[in-house]
Amino acid sequence: MGTGLTRFGRRMRWVPSGLTRLGKQFSTSVCDNNPPAKSFNLYTAINQALHIALETDPRAYVFGEDVGFGGVFRCTTGLADRFGKTRVFNTPLCEQGIVGFAIGLAAMGNRAIAEIQFADYIFPAFDQLVNEAAKFRYRSGNQFNCGGLTVRAPYGAVGHGALYHSQSPEAFFCHVPGLKVVIPRSPREAKGLLLSSIRDPNPVVFFEPKWLYRLSVEEVPEHDYMLPLSEAQVIREGSDITLVGWGAQLSIMEQACIDAEKEGISCELIDLKTLIPWDKETVEASVRKTGRLLISHEAPVTGGFGAEIAASIVERCFLRLEAPVARVCGLDTPFPLVFEPLYMPTKNKVLDSIKSTVNY
Amino acid sequence: MALSHLFSSSRSSTLLKPLTTSYLLRRPISTDSTPLTIETSVPFTSHQCEAPSRAVDTSPKELLTFFRDMALMRRMEIAADSLYKAKLVRGFCHLYDGQEAVAIGMEAAITKKDAIITAYRDHCAFLGRGGNLLQIFSELMGRIDGCSRGKGGSMHFYKKDANFYGGHGIVGAQVPLGCGLAFAQKYSKDEAVTFALYGDGAANQGQLFEALNISALWDLPVILVCENNHYGMGTAEWRAAKSPAYYKRGDYVPGLKVDGMDALAVKQACKFAKEHALKNGPIILEMDTYRYHGHSMSDPGSTYRTRDEITGVRQERDPIERIRKLILSHDLATEKELKDIEKEMRKQVDDAIAQAKESPMPDPSELFTNVYVKGYGVESYGADRKEFRGVLP
Repeated sequence: MGTGLTRFGRRMRWVPSGLTRLGKQFSTSVCDNNPPAKSFNLYTAINQALHIALETDPRAYVFGEDVGFGGVFRCTTGLADRFGKTRVFNTPLCEQGIVGFAIGLAAMGNRAIAEIQFADYIFPAFDQLVNEAAKFRYRSGNQFNCGGLTVRAPYGAVGHGALYHSQSPEAFFCHVPGLKVVIPRSPREAKGLLLSSIRDPNPVVFFEPKWLYRLSVEEVPEHDYMLPLSEAQVIREGSDITLVGWGAQLSIMEQACIDAEKEGISCELIDLKTLIPWDKETVEASVRKTGRLLISHEAPVTGGFGAEIAASIVERCFLRLEAPVARVCGLDTPFPLVFEPLYMPTKNKVLDSIKSTVNY
Repeated sequence: MALSHLFSSSRSSTLLKPLTTSYLLRRPISTDSTPLTIETSVPFTSHQCEAPSRAVDTSPKELLTFFRDMALMRRMEIAADSLYKAKLVRGFCHLYDGQEAVAIGMEAAITKKDAIITAYRDHCAFLGRGGNLLQIFSELMGRIDGCSRGKGGSMHFYKKDANFYGGHGIVGAQVPLGCGLAFAQKYSKDEAVTFALYGDGAANQGQLFEALNISALWDLPVILVCENNHYGMGTAEWRAAKSPAYYKRGDYVPGLKVDGMDALAVKQACKFAKEHALKNGPIILEMDTYRYHGHSMSDPGSTYRTRDEITGVRQERDPIERIRKLILSHDLATEKELKDIEKEMRKQVDDAIAQAKESPMPDPSELFTNVYVKGYGVESYGADRKEFRGVLP
């Protein structure tokens, strides 16, 4: 996987076929039996979702650093031209300001879709998200809320992003009741989940796997559709061990599942999709079936969201477990420059862990 | 709007003529420190303070040093560009070409006792502080001879012995740190100052104002240097700032607007600012400069500005060309001698790259070092927590 960010970053001059026509083709009508679907990559799917969000809700706005001309990952291409500079606009480089502004906009009943250029830059806005956005409804006794708020941020490794362009900060936000955290694994998922996040009446932090922006291509229905939040999905059925992950890591885990199968191990793979509030039932049901659990994410293992899943499942399935819950995650170091291959929870690490858990 | 602003300060050629008429004889290259006075390209504009004189004291030696150092920086950045495109440099990479005069002029006015802290566009600041090319190219390529032992990369250069506090990754986050450095300097009464550099993009970050307030409240010897290259990533300054007059943004803090393409003006301003900061506390220097490259290597730098604009700046305001003209008009060296200097710099860069390529990658165990200080005993685990398990050194 991956020549990575040089490809992402190079501003594309071509417009994906179909994109220019998107505006006309979108409709909010419920899909018929065979909705038109074409192959799109992840950033184009995000772009479609944003087009739909702006088209279907005149009170929706998209803003962030450099989004006016398409953003560094091209996710907002064409939006400013189509919906005007009053609804799609650049902000100064001030993340705290962007999110604070978005919360205010959302508090007045608008849909504020804010972009933080890299998830690594979200920390200046941490206070606004944790103390302002997440608790607004609770502390005002439901008089106010910022449910229309969605913060999009590309997260994760790209092969050579080094310390400040590769981090996966999802666990920080999973510690904040009041926020939702959503991470898609593919273009089709990204479009449906983003539309759900935007329309969800709670503030959502939506992390996009930047490694997959161009790499992941699949058929994406062109119409307006939403995928439910807080519902995990079994994307591969198996009987020996349950693997839980989200975002870009799922493709790594899937490869490990395929390799494990060659050695006679049947793996069940679950995409959690929404990290809080997360779908414990689906994971529990699977672990009850397989008796083993492995969780994998790019963020450092200690305090990662995998720990929360492990603890919850041990509580629920203690007597059913046949091996300790395994976590294959990033190491407990800053995201490294030259050591990225060592740091990452690679396919072989996942495979090793599958084997040692099954043979426990 | 941005364009007219950039070119508004047209350079009159008379400024390049000698001011000291007594200066007639050719001096040997770079050893002559006879005083020489040269006027800055444009006057300083001041806010809440009296601007320093436009007449800058210099010498043939200094001008030739400026030329050589800036030529080296320019060549180095262009080489870094090629290395990045060859995928020998990983991580993010932000180049300084066009802005060399700021690093050069600042160094000429201060000592290594003074501290410098900057953001991620840090290659030339490091070189200016006395770093060498081998350290730079090794760090860029993640080798152990790098200034951060290959663990930082382009955005994270540091040089402790020269008080270069480096290379920070988050826009604007280094400025409050710089104010903390200045507090320590004032506290220990070492009569030194801190230059905290940031860009016009970072100038809109809230933490800047928080730090400025504290610094002004306690009269900290900190100089906030806004390197205004007119684009915060891909957004023109006037689209991002209600007042792009960054030297005035400190309100109660004095400020000075400087032609950041004129090394001598930068030197004069930094000398003035250091004296001011030691006596009266913080001051903002806005350096009107320009980056020829895009924001980072993934930005071609041409989607939000015109090629004509870039070419125009190169032709009319280039910091190296300005010094070249000064040297030639004062007859301090011949055109060929300057070309030879450039060739020599090119060779130095090529040699350093060849040497850096020989430098080994850090040992994989280095992944776990420096996370905590030695002895904390924090464990790190491999995949299954059994076969690979190490205590962080």
